Amino acid sequence: MKYLDEFSNPDLARRLLDQIHAATTRSWAMMEVCGGQTHSIIRHGIDQLLPEGLEMIHGPGCPVCVTPLEIIDKALAIAALDNVIFCSFGDMLRVPGSSQDLFMIKSGGGDVRVVYSPLDALDIARQNPGKEVVFFGIGFETTAPANAMTVYQAKRLGIKNFSMLVSHVLVPPAIAAIMESPTCRVQGFLAAGHVCSVMGTAQYPPLAEKYRVPIVVTGFEPLDILEGIRRTVIQLEEGRHELENAYPRAVPAQGNVPAMAMLQDVFEVTDRTWRGIGMIPASGWKLSGRYAGLDAEQRFDVADIHTTESSICRSGEVLQGLIKPHECAAFGKECTPRKPLGATMVSAEGACAAYYAYRRLDLMEA
Amino acid sequence: MAEVDFGTVRKSVCLHFIPDVQVGEYVIVHVGFAIQRLDEESALETLADFRKLGILQDELGDEVTPASRQAGIDQETGL
Repeated sequence: MKYLDEFSNPDLARRLLDQIHAATTRSWAMMEVCGGQTHSIIRHGIDQLLPEGLEMIHGPGCPVCVTPLEIIDKALAIAALDNVIFCSFGDMLRVPGSSQDLFMIKSGGGDVRVVYSPLDALDIARQNPGKEVVFFGIGFETTAPANAMTVYQAKRLGIKNFSMLVSHVLVPPAIAAIMESPTCRVQGFLAAGHVCSVMGTAQYPPLAEKYRVPIVVTGFEPLDILEGIRRTVIQLEEGRHELENAYPRAVPAQGNVPAMAMLQDVFEVTDRTWRGIGMIPASGWKLSGRYAGLDAEQRFDVADIHTTESSICRSGEVLQGLIKPHECAAFGKECTPRKPLGATMVSAEGACAAYYAYRRLDLMEA
Repeated sequence: MAEVDFGTVRKSVCLHFIPDVQVGEYVIVHVGFAIQRLDEESALETLADFRKLGILQDELGDEVTPASRQAGIDQETGL
């Protein structure tokens, strides 16, 4: 497909790799923030082609993985209610809650439906006026405009039986939290390209300056990833720490202005607990006061939630980049994408799922 | 809403966030919404930049190799 295949060209990949090898004189550790980038790196074996000592640390940018357990448990409680149609993106269904997941609710008779777009959930609400239709609105800044538009339309059209369970997370505060951590080893960031397609790049120069860390906005195809790594290495080798945009075809500096205007109307910033990581101040969005009537947490009485995490799952350490997925004893044994103990094994963006899909045969033999 | 061709499938996509998009342009679609235009000029520029990478070394290398060979210099050791 146009502008996808070109960015997988092996000759150009070799050229970029040669440049990375030529530029690298010592060990560096950089983090790709986004789970989509993690999958691209592992799928194409990019990390195995890098100079010795150039380490990719996998970041927490998998929305399914960091959605707090308490919200998952609330989703399960709402989805189990008699009069509810619970709509969600497909990869949330296998995410383990304290004792169940959405698939178990569905097999127990709950009306849980997978949708492609939040607008599909709005259609379901229109078609089922006698039911309460709830959409599980999670994700980073990339997904937020879609969820915001859906809430906006529900209010505008007066669709009374629709509400959203919102748990949005934001990248820049997560970068700050990673850099503030005493165990932080990250020396450079590949920032998440499509988050910046929406939000632009203005939030990142202050972070690069404060933490003296290079931040390179990076895309998802193999050449994009290699270019992000090449630029980060050159900055590190030269002792620079700036924001660079290595994904200009999809990221204008100002972002998507109409989308940001809608985000500002529908959401407001809130403290958010990230599963496996903990509370990060001002790192999420919730519905703003104007849209409180569409907030599923307020519409359904699900306050009394007591959470319990798996005692053997180490997904928190994976999400913080402290261990690689296969360093967890449960990897590929008790924990597989079919029966995941932690959310990182579930999602198309989770690091454990990427290692399982593309590396398990090598890792199990080793 | 508009029809977007994904190569193998066509889907109805909301274009509200890119109000000035024209028929025939590429967009980045996420969960049923176009979130950004894909700038073709910039894509081609990036690819052209990649093609230029290392060209200088290649050209120098090509000149250096035959010259050194003529001079009887060992390629591995430079002696």
